[in-house]
Amino acid sequence: MPVQPLLLLSHALFSLGVYGILTRRNAVGLLLAVELILNAAALNFVLFGRVFAHVQAQAFALFIIALAACEAVVGLAIILALSRHAKTVLADQADLLRG
Amino acid sequence: MLLASALLALLILTGAVWVVTLRNLFRAALSLGLVLLGVAGLFLLLEAEFLAFAQILVYVGAVLTLIIFAVMLTAKLQGSAAPASRQQIPAAAVSVGLFAALASATQPLVWPAAGSSAAVSLVALGQQLVTTLVLPFEVISLVFVAAAVGAIALAASGQSEDRQH
Repeated sequence: MPVQPLLLLSHALFSLGVYGILTRRNAVGLLLAVELILNAAALNFVLFGRVFAHVQAQAFALFIIALAACEAVVGLAIILALSRHAKTVLADQADLLRG
Repeated sequence: MLLASALLALLILTGAVWVVTLRNLFRAALSLGLVLLGVAGLFLLLEAEFLAFAQILVYVGAVLTLIIFAVMLTAKLQGSAAPASRQQIPAAAVSVGLFAALASATQPLVWPAAGSSAAVSLVALGQQLVTTLVLPFEVISLVFVAAAVGAIALAASGQSEDRQH
């Protein structure tokens, strides 16, 4: 399987994730965009692990999946706490610390 | 194999565009599921079967369910009208520029085609996880415990305050 098209795909996935982070106001939407970026990284790890027949690449992709799960759990707990305290899920309205 | 990966790439790109552009967050979360399934399919094509099934199990099974729960729990706060997204044109310029920079950096490089060497076996992966990578492996489990306890603490502290008010 050729490497360059898949590399372009992961670049596109990463750039779309950055676009989502820059444009979304809803905190859950931000989390969705972060998942896209993490998937782009995992895809790169697996792709180059296959190219160079390296075992640790797959192990690190596994760690990415595990850390993404942790990140989603903590992020969603924070969003739920925010929605209870500040009565909003919009990231730009969470300004409790603004002086 | 080439056709399958092209179809999967199309699925991933369409889903990713939907994830970042759809106003309805529930639909965006469902299209994230599409992207995750597509990436799992690519993992299968790259002969990383264990990762493909871990991706489906952890991402599609657990993370996506959590996100959909969060979308539904916070749905009444954002109301029926989703808020307008901000700065679409500068953000699009930034991400297109980022894509162009990444592509121009990697496209001139030449790598052997994936699949020219033997695939990594699951046995080798398991052995790595309990020998060379045993420290990160154990740290990950610590992070899991910390994340679970932290999430419960965050959610429960809000609950008790609600009851006091």
